[in-house]
Amino acid sequence: MRKTLTLQNLGCASCADKMERRINKIDGVISASISFAAQKLFLEVEEGKFEKIVEKAQQVCRKIEPDCRIVY
Amino acid sequence: MAKRQKIDIAVIMATAISLFVLLIVPVDNSAKLIPYIAVYLLIGYEILFKAGRNILSGEIFDENFLMSIATIGAFAIAEYPEAVSVMLFYRVGEFFQDYVLDKSRKSISDLVDIKQDYANVEVNGELIKKDPHNIKVGDIIYVKPGERIPLDGVVIEGSSSLDASALTGESMPKDVSKGDSVLSGCINLSGLLTVKVEKPYTDSTASKILELVEYASAKKARTEKFITRFARIYTPVVVFAAAFLAVLPPLLIQDASFKDWIHRALIFLVVSCPCALVISIPLGFFGGIGRASKRGILVKGGNYLENMAMVDTMVFDKTGTLTEGTFEVTQIVPRNSTKEELLRVSAHAEGFSNHPIAESIIKVYGKEPDTRKVRNVEEIAGHGIKALLDGELILVGNDKLMEKHGIKYGRVDKIGTVVHAAKGSVYLGYIVISDKIKIDTKGAVESLKREGVHNLVMLTGDSERTAVHVAKEVGIRKVYSSLLPQDKVSIVEKLLAEMGKKKTLVFVGDGMNDAPVLMRADVGIAMGALGSDSAIEAADIVIMDDKPSKIPEAVQIAKKTVRIVKQNITIALFVKILVLLLGAFGFANMWAAVFADVGVSIITILNAVRIYKGY
Repeated sequence: MRKTLTLQNLGCASCADKMERRINKIDGVISASISFAAQKLFLEVEEGKFEKIVEKAQQVCRKIEPDCRIVY
Repeated sequence: MAKRQKIDIAVIMATAISLFVLLIVPVDNSAKLIPYIAVYLLIGYEILFKAGRNILSGEIFDENFLMSIATIGAFAIAEYPEAVSVMLFYRVGEFFQDYVLDKSRKSISDLVDIKQDYANVEVNGELIKKDPHNIKVGDIIYVKPGERIPLDGVVIEGSSSLDASALTGESMPKDVSKGDSVLSGCINLSGLLTVKVEKPYTDSTASKILELVEYASAKKARTEKFITRFARIYTPVVVFAAAFLAVLPPLLIQDASFKDWIHRALIFLVVSCPCALVISIPLGFFGGIGRASKRGILVKGGNYLENMAMVDTMVFDKTGTLTEGTFEVTQIVPRNSTKEELLRVSAHAEGFSNHPIAESIIKVYGKEPDTRKVRNVEEIAGHGIKALLDGELILVGNDKLMEKHGIKYGRVDKIGTVVHAAKGSVYLGYIVISDKIKIDTKGAVESLKREGVHNLVMLTGDSERTAVHVAKEVGIRKVYSSLLPQDKVSIVEKLLAEMGKKKTLVFVGDGMNDAPVLMRADVGIAMGALGSDSAIEAADIVIMDDKPSKIPEAVQIAKKTVRIVKQNITIALFVKILVLLLGAFGFANMWAAVFADVGVSIITILNAVRIYKGY
């Protein structure tokens, strides 16, 4: 399934790149792309794993930029 | 202004004043160490805190860390004022950078915000506002003058004119009344409309367009990807260079002081953040996409803007793209019969078809053909129609059909589609149907040539004569005619093979039957796509209305975007490399380094703003 999520407080562009690479490594993610300009996370994930993946993605983002929140 | 920003400003002001006071108080520098540290902590605690926290979670080389090391280093070599002022200017720079970035993000989002966030429904005789997500297909909604239509539907009462400029970029109002379909995103200009909803909110036109534009930033341009990769190695390389600079020269060169070389190394650390590049480039492409969508041109990714900017060959499908695609009978020439008889036979043969040519003949006939009189209708692909009218054989079609049945007819050399008719073995004459060239096709071709797109090609299934006529009229020299749909792909492939590297081929079609060609081209443009999901799906760039003049406009926007993005790369790299070099040889100070970091970042963001502002 494909889903577009908003990233709040995404302040640093290199961080967005780091987050994108790490989210892509999460199990069940088919593809993840972050647009720094649009402050969006585009996720394509395997069916049924969405909730878990978003939770993990949130952890990744918080680790890199502690104020960053995924909202949807 | 947010509370956070107010605090930032207060901290910045307090630091600036304290720094000024400390600089003019006539006391020995070493006595000022404690006050300097206090001021430094005031302005820098946040950065230091973030740096510490990120190191604990294993993130090194982030900008907070680099800034912290650079300023602490300045303290270590007793450059107190410099340590404080570098942190101060970094914070000021960041403050402006965030402000400008927020502003531009918001104005680009506003460009494409065409959704209405409520719908009026009637409950117990009163109009109330309801979340459009909760409106179902078949519900009745009311759209007042001045409001945007929230969901796609059909007018069941009232009449008004609609402004569809949010969808098409054209402000020419369109009149609607009972029975007309209306699309979400249009603004109701005059009268109250009662609309029966036909699509849920998330499937309505406005939501679909918005989703498409948002998703476009997921498809990154090559330049964007390159810069991100560059940034990943840039920072570590500069940091290691700084480390060498701090240690090696003082050991190798006589008389070289550690203090001086550490100072130079610290400059490197400040310049090592790639921010200016990684912020302004995606913002530039985002701005280009936003600007285009404001004009009714949906670009599905930054990479397509890039390809569009390198266009060398542009291939057009004729019907529906350069021409209206609506056919009109231009000549009726009876032989061995009357005009009425020729029309009657032709209209009855075409009565079962919904092909545009058939429709145009029936329109001129003026009456509904009496289909009960027609039997054994046989449509022969590539030939025409064979049927029985009142028990008599009728043939309506092209030359091949006439030849096949041994009808004596005269070859007709006219512009357009020629339809012959025969009854029994008697030739009745022919009807010429032609397609009108769109009014702005010629202007569009001229603008494209001015934009440097000289290799213009037209493809069509029509006869050579018609094709050459249209091509000449609009100013296109290369024409391929009498093509079958599969031929179009092979011609595009041939043209692609003929092209040089760093050049691209753009195909423009109506998106209905040319999906394979749209896919094969470097950029596939579908025109007149408003309301057609399949066309929107198949193309890389979608032009909502059917105006060819939008094509040169798209080329202009693409070229401008790429030009400004390249400018920004040049500015950022030039300033950074310059300051690094000057720093290495001892000619730059930390202030120059801060400018090379956040200063350049702000300049490039402001430059990127030009893309969607249109100047």
